[in-house]
Amino acid sequence: MKRLLLIMFVMVSTITIALSQGYNIGDKAADFRLKNVDGKMVSMADYHDAKGFVVIFSCNHCPYVIAYEDRMIDLHNKYAPKGFPVIAINPNDPAAQPQDSYEKMIERAAEKKFPFVYLFDEGQKVYPVYGATRTPHVYLLSKRGGDLIVEYIGTIDDNYKDVSEVKEKFLETAIDELLAGKKVSVTETKAIGCTIKVKK
Amino acid sequence: MKIKFIKFFLIMFSSMFFYISCSSPVTVNDKKLIVPVVDFEGFKPSLTKENDTTYVINFWATWCAPCIKEIPYFEKLTADYANEKLSVILVNLDFPNHYDSRLIPFINDNNIKSKVIMLDDPNSNYWINEVDPTWTGAIPATLIYNSSKREFYEKEFTYGELKGIIDNF
Repeated sequence: MKRLLLIMFVMVSTITIALSQGYNIGDKAADFRLKNVDGKMVSMADYHDAKGFVVIFSCNHCPYVIAYEDRMIDLHNKYAPKGFPVIAINPNDPAAQPQDSYEKMIERAAEKKFPFVYLFDEGQKVYPVYGATRTPHVYLLSKRGGDLIVEYIGTIDDNYKDVSEVKEKFLETAIDELLAGKKVSVTETKAIGCTIKVKK
Repeated sequence: MKIKFIKFFLIMFSSMFFYISCSSPVTVNDKKLIVPVVDFEGFKPSLTKENDTTYVINFWATWCAPCIKEIPYFEKLTADYANEKLSVILVNLDFPNHYDSRLIPFINDNNIKSKVIMLDDPNSNYWINEVDPTWTGAIPATLIYNSSKREFYEKEFTYGELKGIIDNF
């Protein structure tokens, strides 16, 4: 009996650990206060008119991010006016990946003329809360009452290397569904990406 | 089932042959170095081999710094377990247009002895789960399996860790 209880305890704690590793669909997302490339601190609470947010864990160095940068710009230009601005966050530790320093973020944002904010997760406090594991890694949030609800987690579309070959625009479909007052049909997708760099 | 399997292999082999015969071979040190390029359907049989060999399948790319750091450990496995039933497959995920400019030079410069294939299949949302449902898509990632056991690791290894896993597999 004791043994059974112990086994049950181990099982329950394993499940708890598994669940605590970041957000699942339907969870309430935490706001943050991070420094943008223009030097100003940004929180989601600052966006009074937003209906939600496209939070993308991103960086400077990752080839998969670079492949998606133009699509991130297009997404922001298309959906920010409809209430879903892009918020890009660099979660990497520059001590582990020097190309992802705050200074280099400013350079990259200027080069690409990012229309969206590009925030630095200094001290790497935000990405573990969300459960991001790679760049790019998208979290689509919607405002419901006073809360920010996680509606979609995953990738932007199904073809990183060729926009013209994209068959499914997972993220756009999810935003369109939210804008139409529907439930998101495909809530989670996966893609290859760069690991989030942590100094050892 | 059997016919389906044979058909599948025929397609896989013919596509590999097609690739080899159509692509201009890269000549390095006077020998032709070819890394097969496969889509997920072509790669899939490598994930489910039923024999007495243990397979170590590492997903990597030349642009991935932690991957490059651990490649020597997989190479050491290939060398140290040369007389045992262990097969290391390095599954490259570079962009296909970097085949000549990055992948081949990397293999040549580092004198890679393990088997290398390039997996070129952009619909990773589909195939990541087929490799392992727990994989979030970050690399490096490694699948180790044999006919009785299967473990997936989304992490960077040291040689000691790898050897410990293999010796107890």
